[in-house]
Amino acid sequence: MLTNKAEVIKRLQQDILHLQGFKSKNSEEHLLGLGPVEAAFPNGIFATGVIHEFVSEGSEETAATFGFVSGVLSKLMTDARPCIWVCPSRNLFPLALKKFNIETTRIIFIETATDQESLWVMEEALKCDGIAVVVGEIPRISFSQSRRLQLAVEKSKVTGFLLRSFKAQHVLASVAKWHISPLPGLCLDGMPGVGFPQWKVELVKVRNGKPGSWKVAWMLEGFEVMGMDGELLRQGDLLNPLQKPPLKASHLQSKII
Amino acid sequence: MAKRYIAIWFRHLLTDWYIRKHPDCGNLPLVFSINQRGKQVITATSKKTEDAGIYMGMAVADAKAIFPELQVTAYTPDQEHTLLNALGQWCIRYSPVVAIDQPDGLLIDASGCAHLWGGEQNYLTEIILKLKAYGYDVRGAMADTIGTAWAVSRYSSDTIIVAGGFERKALRPLPPASLRLEEALLAKLQQLGFHKIEDFIHLPLNALKRRFGQVFILRLKQALGAEREDIIPIGVPPVYEERLSSQDPIKTAKAIIIALTNLLDVICHKLQQEGKGIRTATLLCYRIDDQVVQITIGTNGASNNAAHLLKLFELKIPTLAPGPGIDLFILQASLVEDVIAAQEKIWSATGSADNNITKLLDRIESKIGVGSVKRYQVVEHYWPEMSVQVIGVKEEQKMMNAGDNKEQVNLLQDKNLLLNLSTPRPEKLLPTPLPIEVTAPIPDYPPMNFRFLGRLHEIKKADGPERIEREWWLDDGEHRDYYIVEDAAGRRYWIFRLGHYAVNQSQWFIHGFFA
Repeated sequence: MLTNKAEVIKRLQQDILHLQGFKSKNSEEHLLGLGPVEAAFPNGIFATGVIHEFVSEGSEETAATFGFVSGVLSKLMTDARPCIWVCPSRNLFPLALKKFNIETTRIIFIETATDQESLWVMEEALKCDGIAVVVGEIPRISFSQSRRLQLAVEKSKVTGFLLRSFKAQHVLASVAKWHISPLPGLCLDGMPGVGFPQWKVELVKVRNGKPGSWKVAWMLEGFEVMGMDGELLRQGDLLNPLQKPPLKASHLQSKII
Repeated sequence: MAKRYIAIWFRHLLTDWYIRKHPDCGNLPLVFSINQRGKQVITATSKKTEDAGIYMGMAVADAKAIFPELQVTAYTPDQEHTLLNALGQWCIRYSPVVAIDQPDGLLIDASGCAHLWGGEQNYLTEIILKLKAYGYDVRGAMADTIGTAWAVSRYSSDTIIVAGGFERKALRPLPPASLRLEEALLAKLQQLGFHKIEDFIHLPLNALKRRFGQVFILRLKQALGAEREDIIPIGVPPVYEERLSSQDPIKTAKAIIIALTNLLDVICHKLQQEGKGIRTATLLCYRIDDQVVQITIGTNGASNNAAHLLKLFELKIPTLAPGPGIDLFILQASLVEDVIAAQEKIWSATGSADNNITKLLDRIESKIGVGSVKRYQVVEHYWPEMSVQVIGVKEEQKMMNAGDNKEQVNLLQDKNLLLNLSTPRPEKLLPTPLPIEVTAPIPDYPPMNFRFLGRLHEIKKADGPERIEREWWLDDGEHRDYYIVEDAAGRRYWIFRLGHYAVNQSQWFIHGFFA
């Protein structure tokens, strides 16, 4: 009887997650190589077709956010679908995208004059299937405006990244909220130079998931997630989040900042 | 289909126009004058001055003797033409083919138009009454030939419709001048006692030709419909144009959208059959107060999708001022291109004919302005701020469509790859480098620290230098030595020294932020 109940509850939870747009465990096509970070999401899968919120402050954090977002984009833009980047001015330098194996021409930049225009463009773009990701640099946005964006993606299943200023942050209708800040670069085997870019990735909020923070580096081909003591948890060595998700998440969280 | 023409005669074109524009001088006798060999000569008279016996070509001084309060306005050459052109444009609401008949008339090709106004009588009356309401003293006539319509409008006392085949009868009582003949010829006819057309119309053409020449016969034949006569219409309408007039003036956005939907359906159907699509289209709205308002849309790729085009127009409809109401809509596709099947597939992940993204970009551009949608391409410039170039959606299509130039495309991509992998570039690049204060130990070593926006950054790690030369064929000056530096907190910057190292004199700049 008890097991029966547990099973029913589990199945209901799955249904709810499915209704909320989270993919079930079976669809693994969007694994970002973010191991434990992805494990923090429900079902252990990075949520697509939802709004992700990134807060940052200052040019350094903005650059770090651009870096992390570009890395995620490169993993999401695997088919021919383009990305639309809505920005008040050209902040992201297109040549930097090469580092993340993205063709510069694959991203369509839309330069807007006001936040109102940015919001309109973002909402219209989010409604349009055939786009991989819509990134919007919109510093100020209200809850109801973010709700409109969330409603748009629920229909079209396009993923939206909202980049906003740290100062103006308040609760939005997003599924996840991230804060990316720079960390000293990752140098392997005592090599000189600044090394691979590395960030402190904080998942401040994630609906139905487990927030946490991790050290993430971008190597030549993808993400590497680090323990805080500097030990490199290579992709292959990583405990498979799908096999033991609860252990995995708690284990990492205890290690984290 | 039988041709039908309307000739309109503005009996006092200039003075009527002047009075219309200056309503306060309505009661004064008015003439236009021009300086001819040091003498002011009257070139146009109003009805009132004409009634008083003042005629064109009379000296102003003589006229003033009769009429001391005469108001004289300077005549500018070609004024009639400008005026007739404007009136002709206005008449386009009644027929797409309207021509100017110098010096004081208009010709309208009314073939197949009259039934839209409920018959020829209504049609002609409407045009004449509307023009009269504007204050013009007009006469008009309708006939199968331009010549007859012209003759009847000028020499018959009333507005007349000449039924097809009755040209000869209509012309009979009119004077020979109604055949648009030269003065010398008219004088000759006068001498011979031919005061009316019926006096000579029954004579054999050969005899008339011997006496009065080829031109006379031509004019006669044209009036009778035996010789073809063409007119040169003003504002030749584009091929892809649709018109829709309405019985009642339209003021609401909803009604405009309905009209637009109808027009778009017709024009898109036409375009689809020809495999073409709209790049630029204009909706002209003729208002009942003689104003024309318009909205124009542009697309990123040729489109003949009525729903999509309507969406683009809908964004602009709020800018249309309907004023007292619109009674005619004209939709013109001013730029039309072939629809390429492959083009619709661009961007689509599945390869299906899904051009959602092109549509989206069109909508964005028409809402927030052309040029707001950009994509970037690597170009061969050393300096980072010049190394990317904006490309339009169209441009890359060209590159992609050039299937036979595959080698070239590959070459381009390889070059981009080389250019990029060897040289890391920052995620955030400042549009112009900003000067910073730097402490540098020895030449060609990365600095120890730098001060930016009042904060001191201690440099822990660094990469570089990467020397980027100035493109001397573009401008001259010092080269830049770039360093990627990281401070204690892990923040990465892109800084450079301008030129070679010089003790205490080197200029340093910050140019970007790395992730």
